[in-house]
Amino acid sequence: MPVVMREIVVLSGKGGTGKTTLTGAFATLGKDAVLADADVDAANLHLILRPEVVAEEPFFGLRLPVVDRERCTSCGVCTQLCRFEAIQDGELDETACEGCAVCFHACSAGAVTLREALTGCVYEARTAFGPFVYAALGVGRENSGKLVARVKQRAREIAREQAKNLLVVDGPPGIGCPVIASVAGANLLLVVTEPTAAGWQDLERVLELARHFGVRAAVCVNKASLDEEIAGKIEHYCRQEGAAFLGRIPFAADVVKAVVAQSPVTERLAGPAAQAMRAVWERALDLV
Amino acid sequence: MIVAVVSGKGGTGKTTVAVNLALSLDREVQLLDCDVEEPNAHLLLRPEINTAEPVCLPVPVFQKERCTGCGRCIEVCAYNALVLLRDKVLILQELCHGCGGCLYFCPEEALVEGKKVLGTVERGRIGKIGFACGRLNVGEALAPPVIKALRRGADPALDTIVDCPPGASCPVVQSVRGVDFCLVVTEPTPFGRHDLEVVAEMLRMLKIPCGVIINRADLGDGGVRDFCKEQGIPVLAEIPFKKEIARSFAAGIPFIERFPGWQKKFQELWNAVEERVASSNARNCCA
Repeated sequence: MPVVMREIVVLSGKGGTGKTTLTGAFATLGKDAVLADADVDAANLHLILRPEVVAEEPFFGLRLPVVDRERCTSCGVCTQLCRFEAIQDGELDETACEGCAVCFHACSAGAVTLREALTGCVYEARTAFGPFVYAALGVGRENSGKLVARVKQRAREIAREQAKNLLVVDGPPGIGCPVIASVAGANLLLVVTEPTAAGWQDLERVLELARHFGVRAAVCVNKASLDEEIAGKIEHYCRQEGAAFLGRIPFAADVVKAVVAQSPVTERLAGPAAQAMRAVWERALDLV
Repeated sequence: MIVAVVSGKGGTGKTTVAVNLALSLDREVQLLDCDVEEPNAHLLLRPEINTAEPVCLPVPVFQKERCTGCGRCIEVCAYNALVLLRDKVLILQELCHGCGGCLYFCPEEALVEGKKVLGTVERGRIGKIGFACGRLNVGEALAPPVIKALRRGADPALDTIVDCPPGASCPVVQSVRGVDFCLVVTEPTPFGRHDLEVVAEMLRMLKIPCGVIINRADLGDGGVRDFCKEQGIPVLAEIPFKKEIARSFAAGIPFIERFPGWQKKFQELWNAVEERVASSNARNCCA
């Protein structure tokens, strides 16, 4: 029988609610999972999974123009047409360029050529908890969505090769380009929120995103003991919205200590926070 | 002076710093919430919103009767946003970056410019703070055009605080473009340090001076301080972890209201930034 692969993507909307800490914990609990870090802007999961990199793949996500000064006649057409204000007097501002290549097509002197720009690197690694794929986006670069798509694609290939039936993805914050790329193909969005007005509001936007793309979402409240009242309201809100509620995880200074020790929480701790993470994970697995 | 509040890692306290700093100055300033995917500053500030303008991306609209099926538009589109189906060009708007290439190169003028709404920029005020925030529509991928519209509409004559999105890719670059100084808010954990390294590199590339604020300074290790020391990046403030600070953020209350002593600290922080900007300008002037 072919293995049916399931994909859980951990999201939050608001940053810093504990996506990576929880994904790290799930990694120790997930049976037969492939792990991936789709937060390519600020990847952190590798800091607690102690990966041993087995392969590196350069990622060319963008074609950037190169201006040949000898040929440039300073006609100014490229500057006039560039809607990203990225080219002026034959000088390219790489951080503004979105790689549209309009300057290349428009230059009648043939002074503009295109080069494939290295915008990131994809790492394939072994960990004690299963195979792991992560990436580093070149600083300030465009196209993080494309790199996220590549990370997920590679992780799926590994899952197929090794007959693993679960992919667990640590997602980026927000709701924009990299998040949309990480949501594609997911069976469940596991949304980690925190009991704050901001956490709640950002959760609402993530649930709206889940509806928009027709993906099932389930919610847990991390650091719940910092404000049980708001945590309770969020739980109530989720039930109203028809999103599965997976549980509350109490705040524990020990969790920060586990991060400092660069190891997954559930590997070191058996306290209430680790237990709650385990319960959240088991409920999430029931849903997929 | 324009000061941006950034952090590689999310949830380190950017909005807390930006809002409390703006309130502490107690004079006419502007606060721009550029975290358009998840704007939160209004939850703490509760400004009165006076205007809401849509932000649009210029996208092509196909006019069948003019098209000769030459395929030039498809050839020039770097995003594969145009597809030729028999005699019809299909436009995949969600892939379009609005570069205008297809419009410009179509020899038959079979493509005209239309608009697609990406989000909204809201402007308003609370007391002495001029407030603006961008909001990306759910399901839209492109945050940078919304950020650009938000920054463009700001008053250049006023001191400005920019609350940025997390990370270090294009939305952040767009948010910090042209600012005088960046305050990098981090937490003293390996995650915080790693993401600080990424942001510091981005700011070096963009040639923007920066200083660090360590939040929840007593929870974690010494990695962030070591990194700052190695790199010669000043640590301009440390905010301790206090349940009351966490709770006031949770309830949407700026913590200087509960800890008035911090108002002076934020004023001193602003002054320290001003001095650094002045001296770095002086250096650039001489060089």
